[in-house]
Amino acid sequence: MNKTVKYYPAGSLEDYYVQMGRAVQIEGHEIAVFRTTSGELYALDNRSPHPKGGPLAEGMVSGHFVYDPLYDWKIDLRDGFVQAPDHGEVRTHQVLIEEGTVSIGMSSGHEQGIGTSL
Amino acid sequence: MKADREKLIVIGNGMAGISTVEQILKLSGSYDITVFGSEPHPNYNRIMLSYVLEGSKTINDIILNDLNWYEDHGIKLYTDTTVARIDSETRRVITEDGASVPYDKVIIATGSNPLILPIPGCDKQGVVGFRNIEDCNQMIEAARSYHSAAVIGGGLLGLEAAKGLVSLGMQVTVVHLMEDLMERQLDHQAALMLKDELERQGIGFAMGKKTTELIGGKRVEGLRFSDGTELACDFVVMAAGIKPNTGVAKVSGIAVNRGIIVDDFMRTSMHHVYAVGECNEHRGICYGLVAPLFEQGNVLAKHICGVATQPYEGSVVSTKLKISGVDVFSAGEFIEGPMHTVIAAQNDWKHTYKKILLQDGKIAGAVLFGDVTEAAPLQKLVKEHALMTDDIYNEIMGGGCCGSSGAKKSLSVETMASEEIVCGCNGVTKQMIVEAITEQGLTTVEEIKACTGATRSCGGCKPVVEQILQYVLGDGFQTESKQGICGCTKLSRDEIVAEIRGKGLKTIREVMNVLEWSHPEGCSKCRPALNYYLGMVYPAEHEDEKASRFVNERLHANIQKDGTYTVVPRMYGGVTTPEDLKRIADVSLKYDVKVVKVTGGQRLDLIGVKKEDLPKVWEELDMPSGYAYAKSLRTVKTCVGSQFCRFGTQDSMAMGALLERKFERLDFPAKFKMAVNGCPRNCAESCTKDIGIVGNDGGWEIFVGGNGGIKPRIADSFCKVKTDQELVDICGAVIQLYRETGKYLERTSEWVERMGLEAIQAAVLEDEEQRMQLLERNNFALQQVEEPWSQVLRENATRRVMYGEVNGDAPHNKLEV
Repeated sequence: MNKTVKYYPAGSLEDYYVQMGRAVQIEGHEIAVFRTTSGELYALDNRSPHPKGGPLAEGMVSGHFVYDPLYDWKIDLRDGFVQAPDHGEVRTHQVLIEEGTVSIGMSSGHEQGIGTSL
Repeated sequence: MKADREKLIVIGNGMAGISTVEQILKLSGSYDITVFGSEPHPNYNRIMLSYVLEGSKTINDIILNDLNWYEDHGIKLYTDTTVARIDSETRRVITEDGASVPYDKVIIATGSNPLILPIPGCDKQGVVGFRNIEDCNQMIEAARSYHSAAVIGGGLLGLEAAKGLVSLGMQVTVVHLMEDLMERQLDHQAALMLKDELERQGIGFAMGKKTTELIGGKRVEGLRFSDGTELACDFVVMAAGIKPNTGVAKVSGIAVNRGIIVDDFMRTSMHHVYAVGECNEHRGICYGLVAPLFEQGNVLAKHICGVATQPYEGSVVSTKLKISGVDVFSAGEFIEGPMHTVIAAQNDWKHTYKKILLQDGKIAGAVLFGDVTEAAPLQKLVKEHALMTDDIYNEIMGGGCCGSSGAKKSLSVETMASEEIVCGCNGVTKQMIVEAITEQGLTTVEEIKACTGATRSCGGCKPVVEQILQYVLGDGFQTESKQGICGCTKLSRDEIVAEIRGKGLKTIREVMNVLEWSHPEGCSKCRPALNYYLGMVYPAEHEDEKASRFVNERLHANIQKDGTYTVVPRMYGGVTTPEDLKRIADVSLKYDVKVVKVTGGQRLDLIGVKKEDLPKVWEELDMPSGYAYAKSLRTVKTCVGSQFCRFGTQDSMAMGALLERKFERLDFPAKFKMAVNGCPRNCAESCTKDIGIVGNDGGWEIFVGGNGGIKPRIADSFCKVKTDQELVDICGAVIQLYRETGKYLERTSEWVERMGLEAIQAAVLEDEEQRMQLLERNNFALQQVEEPWSQVLRENATRRVMYGEVNGDAPHNKLEV
């Protein structure tokens, strides 16, 4: 089954400071959007994969990594993978920048990875 | 689901199956994984059930991967679901409730079941095995309503069950068929010593007894033995062994002997079907311990992902008993035969025993009791059939006190294969630990534990982890891994500050470029440190780099685990007014503050403020920030003092407020706490503050380097002064010296020890010129600070971007399908 991607407006590039993140609310989801020194924006779910959770948006950005602000896990902004020796993954989302306007792509109908048979 | 991904089904949600899955996830992303588990739980650490039973851990503590983990990795988990068979014709797995799921590959990881002796009465109420969380809960439940238990089986599992039931307050008898406990893991001597020790811990024993019947009505009331004797009990745990759970394989027509027969790559007789862990039989052996599972899982994961791997050639098993205060270890062959040379040392006073067996001069096996420090090297030597040498002999048997000569120790770690599992509980290899040390700059076992999980469970591998640390850091300690401030640089704090001053480096980026940082934008350790050092060296010029501040300092509030924040306004010297209190109450109500907490530093903490509300809360409080989030002066704690107290010799409230107003907002290497007392009764606890001040009739005494936190330290008496001005000057000079020489995050308690109290006294007290210069620099730095909350309120753009949320609720009409 193909996934549908919907794009949501998320302000302009100036709304994001270099080497910092911000939380964006999209239909009840919280997305953390980070701006790197090289000018890219990356969007991930705003929840640390650490068992105790917590937000990511306030983390410290270094290159294309963010250090989770609560437990210092190092996460690759490009694919959402937690760096060794910790493990985990954060869902990433597409970001479009068109003439300074930022949009975030959210796929709908992503399957639940867990279920209990009936 | 994409068509190009292979469907992998794992039957069994235990340690063997899931550790294999973890390895597969690391190696490849090309599988859609489905896991079936009969139990209702996510993957947990079965070997730690003993700890749950004795109450030192909870079920939650032993969960290895919670439900989020499966979700995060796109793994479909069916709990409470038992697989009935594998249909190789249609390539589908069929569950007991009739569902069928297609597969490309299957891993059977069904583990083993407790052996319930097929004797009359074995189906009575009050008879359980000891294998899973349910059994554990039943045992905990039984201990509440019943009094006496019998554990059938004096092996590893039986003894751990018995100890658990004793901890739960039951009277326990272990019934064992043989004359020696743990006869598969221990020799006669070690078994005797073990029995003595466990009897001391309150376990009863019935040795050499064969149980022939469980007697009673509906519920068990006792055991009858083959010699006609009986033992009364109202609860029975069967721990007489385990048998591989081969049901699914048998029904599906896969070759089974005692376990599911596998080759060196865990392949069963059925194409595309593998078996891993206790359910399989490899070269005639069924393993019942954890380390082989990880070794098999590693080989299987690599094989399935098409990564080159050595075949699995079997494991040398070693045993450790998880009963607190009883240290037992064995590996390889430990019952001597005519072909063995025996090396043994027994110490009945210390209750220790050590035995090594040699065959043709090579180490064939070992037993340790009471002192298992040599377990790790011995396990390795046995595995390698190493030739006994004088060096090894001295190391293991050396000098009666386990002679640990570091240099020799590291040899065994050095020759250890990278793939070798150091921590059996969590499947951590030597390589993973070495990488953690070299790449993350770790220096302690604790850090490695937090990082890799090694030593997290039973702690048995701690000596090896220590040796690996010694081996990795030891050699390079003087040369290669000179302690840089983090993994990005080899330079120390002093070298970096010298370079900043010498080369006139002005920004973090410049420091990293010129000093050749290995990560171009640094890490969460060095960035805040460099930002502090630059601000300290250039108080006026340095532009604070917010992106390099930890979240609390960036937002001027403490982040809590749920992402809300706390607000702590200043209450100079711990003194407030009814008007201020009223405002705090009003604001707390208006912004739905969850908790108003009195802090340890004599002020109020408003907990649970939403990030976007922070500026409004500050605005309406209209008070300065108390810097409760910062590496800066936190609070100056005071007693009532001479204004009111009948004992007071000095006005401590006024002096505390004065000092707090003077030194607030300045960046320090770490948080900084002060106290002022009006008399030697020391009600405001000067002895545990960075600077503590005690008034007396005629002046003040100043103390430095106290700490009441992680590593408590009583402050040293620094000097006595007669006037208030002298007091303020000495404080300023000490503070500035600490700011200029302290390492980032180093509290004064550590700083005083590192610098030496005399050196600090010499700089501040004896050298008047130096004191004046320190004061001058301190005052200059103080002139640069600004109240952060009002600053945010003034700067609208910053306020919007730093504290506001972006709302992106209305989608564009743009779709990608």
